[in-house]
Amino acid sequence: MNPVTIIAGREIRDAMRNRWVVVATLVLGVFALSLAFLGSAPTGTVAASPLAVTAVSLSSLTIFLIPLIALLLSYDAVLGEIDRGTMALLLTYPVARWEVIAGKFLGHLAVLTFATLVGYGVAGAALWFANTEPDPDAWYAFAAMIGSSVLLGAAFIAIGYLVNTLVRDRSTAAGIAVGIWLVFVLIYDMALLGGLVADQGRFMTPAVLNVLLLLNPADAYRLFNLAGFANVGALSGLAGLGEQMRVGPGILVAAMMLWVVVPLLLAAALFTRRSV
Amino acid sequence: MVSASSELVALDQVTKAFGTHVAVKAVDLSLRAGEMVALIGHNGAGKSTLMKLMLGLIRPSAGRVTVLGGDPGQGKTSRSRLELGYLPENVAFAPSQTGAEVLSFYARLKRRPVADNRALLERVGIAYAAARRVGTYSKGMRQRLGLAQALLGNPRLLLLDEPTTGLDPELRQGFYAIIRGLRDEGACVLLSSHALPELEEHVDRVVVMNQGVKLADASISALRRQMDLPVRIVLTVPPETMARLTALIEPGLQWRLLSARRCEVVCAESRKTEVLRKVAGVPLRIDDIDIQSPSLSEIYADLTAGVPTKAPAKIEEVA
Repeated sequence: MNPVTIIAGREIRDAMRNRWVVVATLVLGVFALSLAFLGSAPTGTVAASPLAVTAVSLSSLTIFLIPLIALLLSYDAVLGEIDRGTMALLLTYPVARWEVIAGKFLGHLAVLTFATLVGYGVAGAALWFANTEPDPDAWYAFAAMIGSSVLLGAAFIAIGYLVNTLVRDRSTAAGIAVGIWLVFVLIYDMALLGGLVADQGRFMTPAVLNVLLLLNPADAYRLFNLAGFANVGALSGLAGLGEQMRVGPGILVAAMMLWVVVPLLLAAALFTRRSV
Repeated sequence: MVSASSELVALDQVTKAFGTHVAVKAVDLSLRAGEMVALIGHNGAGKSTLMKLMLGLIRPSAGRVTVLGGDPGQGKTSRSRLELGYLPENVAFAPSQTGAEVLSFYARLKRRPVADNRALLERVGIAYAAARRVGTYSKGMRQRLGLAQALLGNPRLLLLDEPTTGLDPELRQGFYAIIRGLRDEGACVLLSSHALPELEEHVDRVVVMNQGVKLADASISALRRQMDLPVRIVLTVPPETMARLTALIEPGLQWRLLSARRCEVVCAESRKTEVLRKVAGVPLRIDDIDIQSPSLSEIYADLTAGVPTKAPAKIEEVA
């Protein structure tokens, strides 16, 4: 085994011991199940597929929940170990610093992936048994929603590591993590909306808006899930926006991937220079 | 068999500054296979900084550090790190993992068979708690788990930062027995400690640090000779012969009566034998002679008290 998998394995075991895996899976599962049944009840026998409705409501929930879980997993990944003295020890072993970051990332990503797959998968399975007419398009949207949720989580884990390597103090890192969550999940969209209203279309052309939306991983996720699929987009009322924007799902996924890769590389580079 | 002269660690005029604070100033140091060296000094004297420099955790601001034939700060040190053991000061392993799991993790990283861990845990005396979570361990048990991790793969170089904190006297003896065993097999052990009295009987050499400067680097007996600190000789004689005894040691020597039967003579290390010859040379009944050489604590106090920051008197043993 190489150092990356050894460290990833330890992170996974640690998360299991700390009940992190159980808690995250339960939270996601309970929300997903309640949305699946409560949320699909009003549609009754109308044309809208309960699965598509669930995918839409779940993706709205994911934007709040997944970044929170990801930041909770990652906000002290490096600083916590420096405080405990185990980081200095770990780095005297035959382990490169980037391998420490990569191992932790894989471990935390595995925990988040497991929680998302199981938590949302349970809701999907419940709908599968309840639904007599499975709609392949809706299933595709549901699967894409789960996949992109994992990607969104990965982005916020990477952002959490970057914060860890930028500051010295654990409590500072926690504060910044809360701030990042607030900005990306809540404030960014409000500011954008306010900007659009105040601007009256002078500077905020659709192209500028596209770029601004891609600069927030949570918005990229929202657009991918709410507007990216015809069936789902019609339900969310964002189909018009999606068409006007002409930002394809490929670009949205690429933007989210950049939000994973860039912070991760920066974190590894900063950690390599840091004295422990 | 490793030759006694093989150098495992070499520090050449090493300086480390953190911003404006200079933690280590122009230190030369050489550690060879088969020796146990103590690093002593106040808190903040630069002991941990020296160790971190040797481990490559921090880079020197000036000078050169060579450990096991390479630069510890370079990325390509994986091989030399397999031969190195380190016990940091105040290490706290993940409390939710068991002792056995913690050790397995480090053994895998060091590419050592996990099957050997049981014997290692037995060696440090915590095999009975291997399946318990580290969170339930006492400070001494955590320290012993840390030592077990440092001993993985019988390293050629062991750097131990305050290894005996939290250990009771019996465990300390056990700890030194393990370390001596490794030293006798040819390993080099560098340990920092505040517990000077216990170091005295175990280490081959002492490196004294003060405010980032190396004040002394010699064996304890060499330090005693060169420092020439006073030796206390307590003579116990019958009360009626006390007057004759004091008359005998009167010329040029400092003495005082501790009681009617006990007389204390304080003299320089170099004059110790002279006093003994004087006393033994006459037919005088002596009930007891107690010679107290200056302890490491006294040597250390004298070294660090007289010389503050400027122009420290350096003591080096000529190898």
